[in-house]
Amino acid sequence: MRKLGRQLLAGPYLIWITGFIILPLFMILYYAFTTSGGNFTFMNLIAITHWVHVKSLLLSIKLGLICTLICLVLSYPLAMILNNLKFKNQSFMVFIFVLPMWMNFLLRILAWQLLLSNNGIINTILKSIGFPALNILNTPTAVVFGMVYDFLPYMVLPIYNSMSRIRKDIIEAAMDLGATSPTIFLKIILPLTASGIVSGVIMVFVPALTSFVISDMLGGGKVLLIGNVIEQDFMDAYNWNLGSGLSVVLMIFVVASMAFMNRYAKDGEGTAVW
Amino acid sequence: MKKKLIQLDHITKKYGNQTILDDLNLYINENEFLTLLGPSGCGKTTTLRLIGGFESPDSGKIYFDNADITSLSPNERKLNTVFQKYALFSHMTIAENIAFGLKISKKSKLYIEDKIKYALKLVNLDGYENRSVDSLSGGQQQRIAIARAIVNEPKVLLLDEPLGALDLKLRQDMQYELIRLKNELGITFVYVTHDQEEALTMSDTIVVMNQGYIQQIGTPEDIYNEPCNAFVADFIGDSNIINGIMLEDKLVEVLGIKFPCADSGFGKNKPVDVIIRPEDIELVQPELGSLSGTITSIIFKGVHYEITIMANNYEWLVHTTKYFEQGSLVGLAVTPFNIQIMNKPEFSDEKAVDLNA
Repeated sequence: MRKLGRQLLAGPYLIWITGFIILPLFMILYYAFTTSGGNFTFMNLIAITHWVHVKSLLLSIKLGLICTLICLVLSYPLAMILNNLKFKNQSFMVFIFVLPMWMNFLLRILAWQLLLSNNGIINTILKSIGFPALNILNTPTAVVFGMVYDFLPYMVLPIYNSMSRIRKDIIEAAMDLGATSPTIFLKIILPLTASGIVSGVIMVFVPALTSFVISDMLGGGKVLLIGNVIEQDFMDAYNWNLGSGLSVVLMIFVVASMAFMNRYAKDGEGTAVW
Repeated sequence: MKKKLIQLDHITKKYGNQTILDDLNLYINENEFLTLLGPSGCGKTTTLRLIGGFESPDSGKIYFDNADITSLSPNERKLNTVFQKYALFSHMTIAENIAFGLKISKKSKLYIEDKIKYALKLVNLDGYENRSVDSLSGGQQQRIAIARAIVNEPKVLLLDEPLGALDLKLRQDMQYELIRLKNELGITFVYVTHDQEEALTMSDTIVVMNQGYIQQIGTPEDIYNEPCNAFVADFIGDSNIINGIMLEDKLVEVLGIKFPCADSGFGKNKPVDVIIRPEDIELVQPELGSLSGTITSIIFKGVHYEITIMANNYEWLVHTTKYFEQGSLVGLAVTPFNIQIMNKPEFSDEKAVDLNA
């Protein structure tokens, strides 16, 4: 009887999982494989091969990759700097970098809209020091700006985490065995932070690939990512079947790319996502 | 005359306001097993890290083979370190760990393979080449750390409390292992520990340190039998350390009783520390001892009994192989030769005795 009582405690989670994860997933799958009349079809998935969809998927992948790469290049040195700070300053600096995440997501993107607009703060400054104005709002560049700003902490934290786990005597041992700083970086620090890099890449690439709000607000409707196409299918065209079909394709793509990344993370620790 | 391999010359090291080492002078001979022994915070690990190059002194010079290496970084020094927590590279196999230093010095593949085999044999772990670090026990990991260091054929091996994390039995086994290694390799070992038994078992020379000062340098026998001050006597083994007055040459007064002793040259009526090792006190009939008292406790320790005796308001510690009833009256006798007389430290901080002063 006591065992049953304990199992009952799992009840709320079970309801949560069925109601909010499994059921919606099945609904998406149902819509994806049926026509609006309720007949079975593959057409909604095959629709990805339409040129307009291929184009937006390729653009999503391209911007996602660029965003991930920029985040990685910015985060790695940053994580190293954070890690070398005194412990007291470390937590403060990490706090500073995580702070924007506490602000409303839309507000942050809205701020970038104002910063990047033709008469915005950045252009005003550029003009005042004699440079030509940049017209980057409503271009893919602006979308990448917004994505990098938004997703940077998701790259910094896992890398910083894996880096802070490297004990100081490991570095000293490498130095003791004759390693110079470049060797220590390539042979010790980089391999030991690989798992952090993999989680960071997944945690940035996946939301970047599927995002639609950032491209909506900073792309001005001109940058059509796969997320925007799906959103339009649901919200404007009321074609839930097509929207679900494309979502399933995107999901398969995300899972595949995560599996691919994980082949390069030898030890599983630190890959929080997979 | 032995060759001096490492020399520390007037080394001072401070962390902020705290002085860790104050004007330290020390030389280490070739082929010597030298142990830096002392309580935590005495500066022994700092001394080792200075030799290894992980710290640099605020003043003073370090010489290696008569060349000044004070400003060289660890990767430029011809010595290798075995760390307390092994510090193995967990993302590499055992073979890759051992090969790390050899690959950096661009040795041939064949040479490296030979060396790995040789080193694993030396530490009794043949066939472990492709195992992962995590699959080894603490003792095995420490052997690999030693193997990784010695394949580079350093002239000196620095060991920072390498057995500290191991359990007692393993620690004793590893002590013999280290002595064997040292004899087989014929290289200099500089060993840091706070464990006096470890130091006595393995060392050729022991350097006892406290609060940044060297207290005594000597062979294990010297350090144990002729401690130069109360701190060393107290730190190495158990001791009865009692205030006494040196009445004249070869006569000391302790707890109101006059003891004949072997020391002289202290002057007349001089306050001194009197040190008597617990195994040097003989328990006899009450009327035959220099003084007598009742046994307050007796504890079986395996080889001997540890007995405390209250006599003349002092609790004496005695080691004996004979059993006595608790509460019985016994006499204590000491031969003059076994009474050590030491000058009282001149500093108010009585445990910090600067030998250079």
